[in-house]
Amino acid sequence: MSALNYAFTDVRTQTGRVLKHTARNPSTLIMTILLPLIVLLLFNYGFGGALNTHGVKYIDYVVPGIILMGAGYSASATATAVNSDMSEGIIDRFRTMAVHRSSVLSGHVIGSTLRTFTGIALVVVIALPIGFRPTSNPLRWLAAVGIILLMLYAVAWLSAAIGLGAPNASGAASTASLLSMLPFLSGAFVPTSTMPGWLQAFTSNQPMTHIEDTLRGLMMDTPVGDHAWISLVWLAGIALVGYLWSRSLFNKKTAA
Amino acid sequence: MTTASSPPTIVVNGLRKSFAKHVVLDGIDLNVQAGTIFSLLGPNGSGKTTTVRILSTLIPADGGEVIIAGHDLKTDPDGVRRSIAVTGQFSAVDKLLTGRENLLLMARMNRLPKPEIRSRADELLERFDLVDAADKYAVTYSGGMKRRLDLAMSLVGRPGIIFLDEPTTGLDPRSRRTLWEIVRELAADGMTIFLTTQLLEEADQLADQIAVLNHGKLVAEGTPDQLKSMILGGHITLRFADQQQLDAAAAAVADGTPDTEKLSLQVPSDGRVEELRSLLDRLSGLSITVDKLAIHTPDLDDVFFALTGTEVPQQPDEDARHSGVAPENATAGK
Repeated sequence: MSALNYAFTDVRTQTGRVLKHTARNPSTLIMTILLPLIVLLLFNYGFGGALNTHGVKYIDYVVPGIILMGAGYSASATATAVNSDMSEGIIDRFRTMAVHRSSVLSGHVIGSTLRTFTGIALVVVIALPIGFRPTSNPLRWLAAVGIILLMLYAVAWLSAAIGLGAPNASGAASTASLLSMLPFLSGAFVPTSTMPGWLQAFTSNQPMTHIEDTLRGLMMDTPVGDHAWISLVWLAGIALVGYLWSRSLFNKKTAA
Repeated sequence: MTTASSPPTIVVNGLRKSFAKHVVLDGIDLNVQAGTIFSLLGPNGSGKTTTVRILSTLIPADGGEVIIAGHDLKTDPDGVRRSIAVTGQFSAVDKLLTGRENLLLMARMNRLPKPEIRSRADELLERFDLVDAADKYAVTYSGGMKRRLDLAMSLVGRPGIIFLDEPTTGLDPRSRRTLWEIVRELAADGMTIFLTTQLLEEADQLADQIAVLNHGKLVAEGTPDQLKSMILGGHITLRFADQQQLDAAAAAVADGTPDTEKLSLQVPSDGRVEELRSLLDRLSGLSITVDKLAIHTPDLDDVFFALTGTEVPQQPDEDARHSGVAPENATAGK
């Protein structure tokens, strides 16, 4: 087998491990699958009626926002899982073996991406019977799926770095949970134009706003404008920074 | 494999490591022969774990040369990794997997041929007495079971060398004995074992060769018997019924040290029966009655005290490593 083959097999084995964890860890399941669903129902039935989204039906407006929430919640789960692998010596164990060096991290990243994508797919499916009416064509749907996967991948690398860098599991979880606050400071739940000017400077320009505008455009078949490429640049940048940061911590830090 | 002519499996020359300004390893040299049990013995903070971390490729050394199974640690760390396995102070098992799944995971990561993966796991479950618990999550295992699973996971890839870093820390005496038995079996199979411990009894029980580490320096090296013979701690203590008998005995035995308070006489001895018999015969010939007799052979406690001037801490500080949270000075090592 070639080195590439080995790398592929190692990463697949580690991804399998992470997916097994998901199925067995209720808190991960709740965080990444159930919570986005609850937020969807809460916003749609609880707040939605009072929110003005410029003539767009609220459920159509909010689904992309819930997708971002899902990505944010997954960050905590991923950071915690990576941190406990570090503190329990699992990462050290694989580091003393002649395996594809970062396969244990790649396993977390890919596992996290697949897990969160499942949660998001569930949100979209549940949103349909309660009124979500995406009007897009399959090609645009495919583009939306691509953006979502890239976003989850980027967030997962960033979370892996947070998990490696944090002193303990609760530190990892609380740092990563800041990511799940970001959608509130964006156009995810209400248009940014309803916010005060000083806040708009942040909310209109942070990556989450661009991503949700892109997703909204792709799903509802409206123009996406510059948001698409700005999102891609942000996500590629976050993925790269997360990856390099993780790799550097992975090579430097050891368990207790 | 234990012949003196076979090349050492682990060769360490002038190993140095500091964390910030704290010198943890101050130039140590080690030679571990293939197929033997080598024990690095020392108290907490002497640098044992740091040594294992460096030798197992986890952290880089500041200086020195290390050759393991013919591979240079600096230029060929993957060669080293292919030859070794490590079992650390706390069990690195995946708690959300079953015992069997942990072994299957290791078999896959060790790239065992597909048909062998399941049989290797079964074989190790059997060998480490984990068959009944094979399909239970490792989180439900007792400390001793976790440690056995941890060791089994390290053996999946059939390493030639295994590092055991304080393998019995936190285990009850019975689990400790079981683990000792396993270590002896591994050595009998021809595996080279590098064991760190702060338990003198453990090194004495298991090791062919012991190196005593204190404050980052090797203070002694040898077989358990060689180390014990390095000091003159052996003696016989004779107890007498009254002062008169003691005085008579003290007069008869020139190198004895009387203790009038305890009515005892301490006589240097290496514990040989011949010597003991002739001493007792001599006293008996002088009609001196020995009330009680005690033999003290030097143990590693005496050795450690003689070499370093400090007592060995008998109760290892285990709070930090069993809380499941890394200690604050995580990178500072032990």
